[in-house]
Amino acid sequence: MNLLINGEKKTFADGINIAQLLKVEDVESPDMVSVQFNGEFLKRHEYDAAYPKDNDEVNFLYFMGGG
Amino acid sequence: MRDLNESEIERYSRHIILQDIGVEGQERICAGKVLVIGAGGLGSPVLYYLAAAGVGEIGIADGDEVDLSNLQRQILHTEADIGRAKTASAVEKLSAVNSNVKFNVYHEFLTAENILGIVKDYDFIIDGTDSFSSKFLINDACVLAKKPFSHGGILRFSGQTMTINPFQSACYACVFDAPPPSGSVPSCSQAGILGSVAGMLGVIQATEALKFLSGAGAPLYNAILSFDALTMTFRKALLKRNPRCRICGSGGISGLSDYEQKVCDL
Repeated sequence: MNLLINGEKKTFADGINIAQLLKVEDVESPDMVSVQFNGEFLKRHEYDAAYPKDNDEVNFLYFMGGG
Repeated sequence: MRDLNESEIERYSRHIILQDIGVEGQERICAGKVLVIGAGGLGSPVLYYLAAAGVGEIGIADGDEVDLSNLQRQILHTEADIGRAKTASAVEKLSAVNSNVKFNVYHEFLTAENILGIVKDYDFIIDGTDSFSSKFLINDACVLAKKPFSHGGILRFSGQTMTINPFQSACYACVFDAPPPSGSVPSCSQAGILGSVAGMLGVIQATEALKFLSGAGAPLYNAILSFDALTMTFRKALLKRNPRCRICGSGGISGLSDYEQKVCDL
């Protein structure tokens, strides 16, 4: 299936959940990102049960604390 | 709002000639009050441009002193300022840029105790702080006080910013909920920051403040703009208010408390 990850179209195996997607996309730690799934923000405990479908949109927004 | 005098009309002529600003927009800038929290990497460019633009009253809040490792990016401060309060160093440079601006100095770190009393006197607030505890506190205070503000964060070669109009657009906590566990996300002192990247982001924040005051264009509401300077890629992710937001959602907050996280020792 195709997903739009941070605006970029990428292909993934069917049936992957958000927690697995974080691993495949090399996000070192789920604590580092906020996940926006089709516009809605997921809580961390929801990653396992969230299954994207073809053409869904996922944004990884990274924490940046510097100034 | 007072009329601009002859010298101001000349001084701000390149603003006034802009159709989206004009005399009225510049008068609004000159009547505007902006609080800049943090006179460091982000605060330096923000403060220079706000002072140069003639913002009427500028609050500068920072409890820190200038350190040698600041000079690589905190362009308000010089070698001669090492050990001085950042606020004093900032006011000296900024007064030289524009003596018409009134500067209010808060040589203290903002906390749940003092922040609301300071924020209430300003039209727009800029977050130029360097810790998640401060960034969340500023968000919470601005939401409670219904003050529009600009969030900014930088790390390594990247930056991100959003402009927030409380209860009208997504707030920082709509997106990030709560500070990450201590140690899970590196600070600038651990991970590094390219000096000019602080400038890139700070200048965007200053532009948002000037747009807000003058009424030009559309603020960066309901969006988070992020960039990666290594590839020079900019991306705007669209947001909407999060009904489950801990701060501005239906069960929102009614008071402030400090976040427990060590301040990033930049």
